[in-house]
Amino acid sequence: MAMHRGRGFASINYPIGMNLGGDPSQALVHSNPDGKFTVALSSIDLGQGMKSVTRQIAAETLGIPVADVYVDTADSDTGPHCMGSFASRGTHRVGNAVIQAAQEARAVMLEAAAEELEVDASDLVTDGRGNIHVKGAPSRSITTMAACQAAQFKQGRTVSGRGIFLIPLSEVDPDTGEMTPVSCFAHAAMLVEVEVDDETGEVSVLDMQSAYELGRALNPKLVEQQLIGGAWMGMSHVLWETTEPYYPDRSHGPVDFNHYLMPGPGDLAPHHISVLERPAPDGPFGGKGPGEMCANPVLPAVANAVYDAVGVRIDDLPITPEKVLRGIRANGGARPKMRLPRAR
Amino acid sequence: MAKKPVTFTLNGSDRAAFAEEGLNLLEFLRRGIGDLSPKYGCGQGACGACTVIIDGETHLACLTMADAVHGRKVETASGLANGKVHPLQEAFMEYFAAQCGYCTPGMLMSAKVLLDRNPSPTRADVIEAISGNLCRCTGYEPIIDAILATANMRARA
Repeated sequence: MAMHRGRGFASINYPIGMNLGGDPSQALVHSNPDGKFTVALSSIDLGQGMKSVTRQIAAETLGIPVADVYVDTADSDTGPHCMGSFASRGTHRVGNAVIQAAQEARAVMLEAAAEELEVDASDLVTDGRGNIHVKGAPSRSITTMAACQAAQFKQGRTVSGRGIFLIPLSEVDPDTGEMTPVSCFAHAAMLVEVEVDDETGEVSVLDMQSAYELGRALNPKLVEQQLIGGAWMGMSHVLWETTEPYYPDRSHGPVDFNHYLMPGPGDLAPHHISVLERPAPDGPFGGKGPGEMCANPVLPAVANAVYDAVGVRIDDLPITPEKVLRGIRANGGARPKMRLPRAR
Repeated sequence: MAKKPVTFTLNGSDRAAFAEEGLNLLEFLRRGIGDLSPKYGCGQGACGACTVIIDGETHLACLTMADAVHGRKVETASGLANGKVHPLQEAFMEYFAAQCGYCTPGMLMSAKVLLDRNPSPTRADVIEAISGNLCRCTGYEPIIDAILATANMRARA
């Protein structure tokens, strides 16, 4: 009886968003009486950072400090329409809608400032710190707050903007079968190393090396956070998660989520991540989205690594000790595919 | 149902409130006292989201009777920041150790007790300390790193 090490590789192309009847998201931006801005969305932040990223995008486009933007995603009944936070679409779809809305609001803000400064709006620039000034003449300036207040209390303008980003439905050509379901792909590759115990059938993930191409990482720490958390989910899918772990006898099965197995803090593997930034032409500031793909390559990579380690090809998940042992028995013993150098 | 007066210390302040017989500490803190930092996760003592500190030890508030804290010192995540954020909270932000944030108050409580007892824990000690707290977003790695960083920062200070 022995421990066998194996390596597995997987690479994926992952579509950003989907195309089932068209894929739209809307954003509304308006200034408040204190000169700060609210971005109204129905795109829910599940913890992945939707609010942070749309806040950055709005601030960058409006030309104001991030602190002056509030993102309201509270209510999908009253907010502008969004298809939802899924399909890795949030940053790409919603981000583009926010840019369009913020551009319209920015134009009104500059018009209001131009009227106060008695200059042409096309001569004005923002400094990103809360001021609007004449290009090349920083002393001829007005704060964004003063401009927005003048718009509301003197000029009678709404400093606001509407944005929508729509990937229209792509019908299948009945003659050729051709369609364009996806406009933007993200890419990833992953190498994992596992250890398989041929006595118990247990698989431990020892190491994960990954490379992700996600367009521009609009918030690099959030991207890294999603990739780390998502890879853990991938490990969970491939080795733990099932509602029926105790086959063949259902009477010993789980009765609630407390028995639903997922890896704990003691089951982690070091994960070395490289993020490659190739800005997407149709993405907001070049961003795509890590979303779902952060979990995906782990599954095939681990399945391949188990095959490499003991020669058992498992094609239904999760890879439980029982399946590994049955496979080893059917093969008449563990059949490692390659020898790795011993403990490095 | 009979109500019992419960007097205790919550995050350093004396508190008194009536608790119905059989009421658990989690409901008592959230509804009776209004401290919403302990979270209701499973209600069965499996997830750790409701972890609080009683007399220096971690307890699951959902499995503790409200009147059991009579005369005792209770600490919750809402008491961590004292004028400024606690070093653990600082490190959790620095290391992006929260996504949805639901497990965070319980994680902070488990981490605080660990560091109060063992100022220089190993990685294995940290894993052991948070093994009763489930997180479904972060993959734990950033949480472990944040707790270790807090210990290192304190050692250097």
